[in-house]
Amino acid sequence: MSLFAAQRDAHNALLEGATAIQGRSLWQDASRRFKANKAAMAGVMVLGLITFSAIVAPSLSAYSIDDLDWMNITAPPSLETGHWFGTDDTGKDLFVLTWIGARVSLAIGVMTTAVALSIGVIYGATAGYVGGQTDNAMMRFVDVLYALPLLFFIIILVTVFGRNIYLVFLAIGCVEWLTMARIVRGQTLSVKQKEYIEAARASGAGSAVIIGRHVLPNVVGPVIVYVTLLVPTNILVESYLSFLGLGVKEPLTSWGVLISRGVNTIESAPWLMLIPAILLAVTMFCFNFIGDGLRDALDPKDR
Amino acid sequence: MTSFALRRVLIAAPTLFIIITLSFFLMHWAPGGPFDAEASLEPEVIANLQAAYDLDKPVAIQYGLYLGKVLRGDFGPSIVYIDRTVTELLAIGLPVSLRLGLSAMLLAILIGGSFGILAALRKNSSADYAVMSMAMTGIAVPSFVMAPLMSLIFGVILKILPVATLEPRGSLAEAIPALAPITPYIMPVIALALPQIAILARLTRGSMIETLRQNYIRTARAKGLASRNVVWAHALKAAALPVVSYLGPAVASVVTGSIVIEQIFQLPGMGRFFIQGALNRDYPLVLGIVIVYAVAVIILNMIVDLLYGVLDPKVKRHA
Repeated sequence: MSLFAAQRDAHNALLEGATAIQGRSLWQDASRRFKANKAAMAGVMVLGLITFSAIVAPSLSAYSIDDLDWMNITAPPSLETGHWFGTDDTGKDLFVLTWIGARVSLAIGVMTTAVALSIGVIYGATAGYVGGQTDNAMMRFVDVLYALPLLFFIIILVTVFGRNIYLVFLAIGCVEWLTMARIVRGQTLSVKQKEYIEAARASGAGSAVIIGRHVLPNVVGPVIVYVTLLVPTNILVESYLSFLGLGVKEPLTSWGVLISRGVNTIESAPWLMLIPAILLAVTMFCFNFIGDGLRDALDPKDR
Repeated sequence: MTSFALRRVLIAAPTLFIIITLSFFLMHWAPGGPFDAEASLEPEVIANLQAAYDLDKPVAIQYGLYLGKVLRGDFGPSIVYIDRTVTELLAIGLPVSLRLGLSAMLLAILIGGSFGILAALRKNSSADYAVMSMAMTGIAVPSFVMAPLMSLIFGVILKILPVATLEPRGSLAEAIPALAPITPYIMPVIALALPQIAILARLTRGSMIETLRQNYIRTARAKGLASRNVVWAHALKAAALPVVSYLGPAVASVVTGSIVIEQIFQLPGMGRFFIQGALNRDYPLVLGIVIVYAVAVIILNMIVDLLYGVLDPKVKRHA
């Protein structure tokens, strides 16, 4: 008994030593590299601040989104009136409008990307995993869609089915999955050749299990990078739609809606366009810096 | 090479067919029609109107009739622009949009490409940082923000370029009348090209840096070739490949971008007709424009593909 106990203690001591010198995983390496990237970290912080403001800021103002301040119509930004970003031509407070718009724009960016991600990952993983003629046909179809100006289809969809915010989510997502599918397919093709996939198949795992548990976790790097670049793209697409008068409807608003309305008064009341436009641009910068940082962190052989 | 080109043409035909079919049924699928807004019309009048545009027939028959007409080059009458056929409207819009889009593409390739090469050759210099931060700005600031700002600066404050087709006093066109036909296009073309300049500059830089690291470039340098020759004769061709393959999607984004730009600068191009048509359920107009855009995009993509085939011998062998 005491012999076993001694042996166990010895084993435990060995194991303790093992955990103490545990090697760094790929992800720990990547996160260390990402944290060293100042531009990317600044991007994360500013984006966090914008998101936080979008949630909290509207309730900080003395005005609500429905208030029409008849004493201050198209008033410039000022601290005294409490209209920190000024007011528009109906006396609505731009501070509240801008941050409510931020909610909608960010939500659209995230939701549409989620839709595109689901379609793209499933489509790409299937094509890459099955391979052969199926892969050929599926990717040929993507090539065909790639050549089309897809915004046209979004515009047709939105005009035909009405300007519903959920439809905007779906329409943009259904159109922006192509690159995702290409990336996932390419990665899947290369992962498929690895020995651990062969081992999984040899031990009797089905296709669905292999794709879900072995292939997808290993293609995640490039997908994350592309997601951070797709979110701002989709925010822009929504702004384009709003700019053309096809985006979200009143009483909801988005940065695109605010910018397009601000353009009309760019000479007399430039803040109506500039404030939402600057926030939109800053958000774009943040996402791009984060995306670049993630790419450098996950794929250090470049640069 | 010829068989490669031929295959491209053969793929284009079904693509076009899919586009026509998809947009036709999308437009007709939804509830509501072009005459819903005029609620005060007598039922008989609406029936007459629908008969005039074939809208009283079953959708499948409408589709067949439409395909037959399109094959004969007839896109039917417009519903919003009364007394105009879609073909007439396209004849107005297409030259404007083509001029705008092609100039923007050309500008983007020239400037984006040379900026990218410059940045790659002087990697991590101040010139590189300047180009890259400009590229970042070009990507982050959308064209519908850039365009009104440009109008404000060059049209309203400096008064040298026209704002929405109105020439300000003392403008460039007044000073040099020979430039008058070009001046309305200067700002739209630049605004449309800016995002593509940014993307192309980044792409070219990345791919040039990658190429300059290759062994055969080192060999070329080692055997004593002038740096100029190494860059232009050896590196550029290989570095151009990823850039050329982006030109296809670039064409598509220029086309979609031109809708907004035409709207902002009040250019009578196809984009404005498209928005008017889509908002008013003008089926023939929207379909006609989609078809013309699709044909333009497909042709430009084919040119890009052929260019790719010329540059990359591997493509030829596969075909």
